[in-house]
Amino acid sequence: MSAAEEVVAEGHQAVEAVPKRAMTLGTGTSLVVLAALLVVPMFVKNFIIFQMTMLLIYGLAVLALNILTGGSGQFSLGQSAFYAVGAYTSAVLMEHANLNYALTIPISAAVCFGFGYLFGKPALRLSGVYLALATFALATAMPQLLKLNFLEHWTGGVQGLVVTKPDAPFGLPMSQDTWLYYFTLIVTLAIYLLSVNLLRSRSGRAFMAIRDNEIAASSMGVNVALYKTLAFGVSAAITGVAGSLGAIAVQFVAPDSYTITLAISLFLGMVVGGVGWLPGSFVGAAFIIFVPNMAESISKGLSGAVFGVLLFLVIYLVPHGARQIAILGQQFAGKLKKN
Amino acid sequence: MELFTNQVLAGIATGAIYACMALAVVMIYQAIDHLNFAQGEMAMFSTFISWQLMQWGVSYWAAFVITLAFSFVAGIAIERILFKPLAKAPVLTNVAGFIALFAIINSSAGLIWDFTIKQYPTPFGSAPFLGSQLISTHQAGMIGVTVLLLLGLYFFFQYTRIGLAMRAAASVPESARLVGINTSWMIALGWGMATAIGSIAGMLIAPVVFLEPNMMGGVLIYGFAAAVLGGLSSPFGAVVGGFLVGVFENLAGTYIPGVGNELKLPIALALIISVLVVKPAGLFGRQIVKRV
Repeated sequence: MSAAEEVVAEGHQAVEAVPKRAMTLGTGTSLVVLAALLVVPMFVKNFIIFQMTMLLIYGLAVLALNILTGGSGQFSLGQSAFYAVGAYTSAVLMEHANLNYALTIPISAAVCFGFGYLFGKPALRLSGVYLALATFALATAMPQLLKLNFLEHWTGGVQGLVVTKPDAPFGLPMSQDTWLYYFTLIVTLAIYLLSVNLLRSRSGRAFMAIRDNEIAASSMGVNVALYKTLAFGVSAAITGVAGSLGAIAVQFVAPDSYTITLAISLFLGMVVGGVGWLPGSFVGAAFIIFVPNMAESISKGLSGAVFGVLLFLVIYLVPHGARQIAILGQQFAGKLKKN
Repeated sequence: MELFTNQVLAGIATGAIYACMALAVVMIYQAIDHLNFAQGEMAMFSTFISWQLMQWGVSYWAAFVITLAFSFVAGIAIERILFKPLAKAPVLTNVAGFIALFAIINSSAGLIWDFTIKQYPTPFGSAPFLGSQLISTHQAGMIGVTVLLLLGLYFFFQYTRIGLAMRAAASVPESARLVGINTSWMIALGWGMATAIGSIAGMLIAPVVFLEPNMMGGVLIYGFAAAVLGGLSSPFGAVVGGFLVGVFENLAGTYIPGVGNELKLPIALALIISVLVVKPAGLFGRQIVKRV
């Protein structure tokens, strides 16, 4: 409404500048968490193992969004579309081509990378709310596209596809759920380590330079267009892997499992975990898996309201997400050492 | 040709709904610089309040005025209580707050008024407008109200002191504070006005889409799309965007083979994105200049 041109002052940016060292956990803490993840499934019921598997899967999907938003500063509400493409790639390959489930995962990563990279091309022109709307459009279109008639032979249309759950290989004495958990854990660990290294590499620094100041980055010789589309590709690939694992774990894919609601949940997971803090992705995943159930058990009729109130409490107490708690913990530990 | 004119007319009629919503979206975007995802739910809740008042025997226009006042106060209260503490928090945290507000309002409305569809009266009647079967007097009234609202807002922002103060607070908060504008209250005022406009949109839309807690879901998406298409910094653009989206959605549904109701939304969104790729700030929006 004002005639003057709007000038965005320096330091005013959508995503906080998180230094790359603050993006990961210390070695000691990581080993403790890993040990817990390895040992706990031996002592709990199958249902809890299934939930832990889902936690890792959603954690991966949130991590992917974190690389895109926290790393390269691009916002996406379309992650559910990449998740759906990954899930369907695996389901179709397993059910129609009888391919081994483990082999479908790199394939869906590649398919999603291509899809994300291509989507990133037109999205280059957009930023902020405009990019949010574009990705949002992708997310709302995806379930409708999966229902299209001429794809029905492959996708099963509205009905979806049933996926068979794999048995443990080499005659290992464990249930299907336990095996799937360990399989997911291996994939998650591999991707987590790759992501940490990616963000520490030259490409990672390029992402962060773009996030902090696009113009400055390009004047320093960073190929902004290349790295922005690359960030979309990588994020889509990881989300696709999460989608594949999700399809195998749930044993079912249907268009309506991958609506905009999923994309919004993943976004909330990222905010709760701390934007730009990779380990927080798994804390955020825990939030989006367990808190809705908790809200439901507190009050059936008002579960949405209870969820909203809990979410408000979390963002009041820790506006920077779980990362804030981790930083406080570190400072506290530092003080203890000094005394 | 007649089919074409009819579809355009029908598109303008639905476009009026989107234009109303888009106007509310742009209003709050001007005041707080965020897209408020809970806007539709706030409008829905206000509409329910007016419905409840009418159930208690209050006349339409009295209920209308009371609801307007209630929405204005409620908007300010929500800003003061829920979002002022988040003013210094990161933008994405604020967006999470909007999603939380969405969940709270939607779920509470469902509990208070349950999810059955309710009839909502129209003050304009529903006879055909000027003999056209496609536009009813209600829809014509809706277009009229939207245009009046737009004119009112234009005069408010252009020719009143407080409108000027709000514009200053939104575009250069630092300097606005230096000349003695209470920017924090300007934001609250923006929330109040946006909520009131949203409630007008809700009360006009309710006779068409029927009243229920999820009535705003689809409308809000189109409202956002319209606002973004027209340019988020321009209320005029938002209204034009609303009509364009309405018309295009109808034409795509009629002329592109294989596009049923299911694919109307994705196609409309795809068109908007293609427009944005060519004109990233929307049709009527200001280009944002970035300082390094």
